Amino acid sequence: MLPFRTHTGRAAVLPRANVDTDQIIPKQFLKRIERSGFGQFLFHDWRKQPGFELNRPGAAGATILVTGENFGCGSSREHAPWALGDYGFRVIIAPSFADIFFGNCCQNGLMPVVLSADEVESLLGLGADGPLDLTVDLEHCTVAGPQGFLATFTMDAYRRGMLLDGLDEIGRTLKLEAHIAAWERQRDMEGVA
Amino acid sequence: MPPRTLFEKVWATHVVHEEPGGPALLYIDLHLVHEVTSPQAFEGLRLAGRTVRRPDRTLATVDHNVPTGDRSLPIADPISATQVRTLVDNVRDAGIRFYDLGSPEQGIVHVIGPELGATQPGMTIVCGDSHTSTHGAFGALAFGIGTSEVEHVLATQCLVQAKPKTMVVRFDGHRPAGISAKDMILALIGRIGTGGAAGYAIEYAGSGIREMSMEGRMTICNMSIEAGARAGMVAPDETTFAWLAGRPRVPTGDKWEATLGRWRALRTDDGATFDRTVDVDVTRLAPQVTWGTNPGMVADITGRVPAPRDFDSEADRQAVARALEYMGLSAGTPIEGLAVDRVFIGSCTNARLEDLRAAAGVVRGRRVASTVRGMVVPGSQRVKAEAEAEGLDRVFREAGFEWRNSGCSMCLGMNEDILGECERCASTSNRNFEGRQGRGGRTHLLSPVMAAAAAVEGRLVDARALL
Repeated sequence: MLPFRTHTGRAAVLPRANVDTDQIIPKQFLKRIERSGFGQFLFHDWRKQPGFELNRPGAAGATILVTGENFGCGSSREHAPWALGDYGFRVIIAPSFADIFFGNCCQNGLMPVVLSADEVESLLGLGADGPLDLTVDLEHCTVAGPQGFLATFTMDAYRRGMLLDGLDEIGRTLKLEAHIAAWERQRDMEGVA
Repeated sequence: MPPRTLFEKVWATHVVHEEPGGPALLYIDLHLVHEVTSPQAFEGLRLAGRTVRRPDRTLATVDHNVPTGDRSLPIADPISATQVRTLVDNVRDAGIRFYDLGSPEQGIVHVIGPELGATQPGMTIVCGDSHTSTHGAFGALAFGIGTSEVEHVLATQCLVQAKPKTMVVRFDGHRPAGISAKDMILALIGRIGTGGAAGYAIEYAGSGIREMSMEGRMTICNMSIEAGARAGMVAPDETTFAWLAGRPRVPTGDKWEATLGRWRALRTDDGATFDRTVDVDVTRLAPQVTWGTNPGMVADITGRVPAPRDFDSEADRQAVARALEYMGLSAGTPIEGLAVDRVFIGSCTNARLEDLRAAAGVVRGRRVASTVRGMVVPGSQRVKAEAEAEGLDRVFREAGFEWRNSGCSMCLGMNEDILGECERCASTSNRNFEGRQGRGGRTHLLSPVMAAAAAVEGRLVDARALL
């Protein structure tokens, strides 16, 4: 997994709340057995609508998505961050994310940034006016933009570390083999199923 | 030991390792697997030269892609067929117990887990599917995970998890006639919203839960994710133990008594506190029907489609306007009377035996309206067989419903069971997102008796009038 340190790029705005993963990647594309190739199906149905925000010329080549609260709600499909990442996004900024989706992003080097509702509102405004370029810095936990926009964010140390290091979480857990085996032995001794 | 909640007790007994300020490493007692979210996980294991640590704690079935019609034919869609075949190969290579298409135990994974006695109180249970919360009805800590986490659990039988906050939802009062578990959970989601429980594990309590059957509790826990919750749990009680007694994987004899002793301790202690409390008066509930494009956009059957101006924020107004346009509805229209094209009785939310009995009770002696295509998809082949033994299939067929084989079917339309553009469907499933049941399809979520009533009347009606 690609480590994430800082990223400067074009931001696309999607000023909607509760964007669910069925919209991000519809079910017919979940039949694939590969991890790649989902970018072409991102927001498959919404892209067909005239005026869809990601169709705007200013959104072309965007690597940062700014959107509304509870982004990624609904189905746990990890295909959603796969599609977003494969399409080219490296950062998503929102006032809140659905839990499972947030975790899935971190597993794939797609950086979810939580800013306040007001800060997101400012970014959505800046993005509506014209091209919006932002710098997201995970080492300092800042988002910087035009007209002096500067916001800080927090992220739990574990997930931040996971993103900074491009972590192999399974390898890390397997180092705790002795703990896992001890726990299993204790369980067997207690006679619990 | 200070008083603890049910959630805290189950969490604490599963922590394998924890670093200060970091997430916990939880042991996973039961890992449920299906064909859609597992192929990349097994492939990842292979590429890293790793194996499945505990095949004996893993259980698999096919449910999302499978046809619900004639199962003797090969799967028509070659991509679906490949995905199913990939699971067959993966579970065989790993030695994982698998309930395939021909098995009498096959079904939707969250229906068969409890049926098989695999789901038990006090367990941690995960699956690459967000409706894993269903198993919380047994006092298990059960939640959905993504494919990378599926791979992690296969490799280590553990999961890294940050501890969520706790919420208690008290459903108080005796359920009025015509009101079901589905109405209760839809009313809750309507009240707190689709992100209202994000970051929380919910415990459902109160007299409304205590007097409820296991199947009703599963319906409620199933839709916890639709409020954004991490998990939804009900403390086990005599209803739970009676349901489990004698099932295949459940201890027997002396072990049963010892197990019961342990299970009886799985309750929230007096004096334990939650981070948040929500109280719902069950006696005041009317049958619920969603009108919009997420489960929180819900109203009483006796209510009306709202107007964007009824909402406070500009964002909400825009969302409602968009939903009304997608759903082809005008503000102020009474919910009762909306004509439907399709009725779907199925899904891990509402396709167990009691759901089918309840729907059959409304259908018996009546006929599906000529303008409606109605489908019943039992949650598992076992539910199907039990329903047939009671003659429920005849009730549905004689009324004009299609009686099908089990699978996720039109809950999400990954197989051939899909809604057409602009078709309006009364559905007992769990999501009414745009395109969920088929591109352009218009979903109204409701209970089994409400779905049955909609089928025979050809429009959304108050099922209480038909009971």
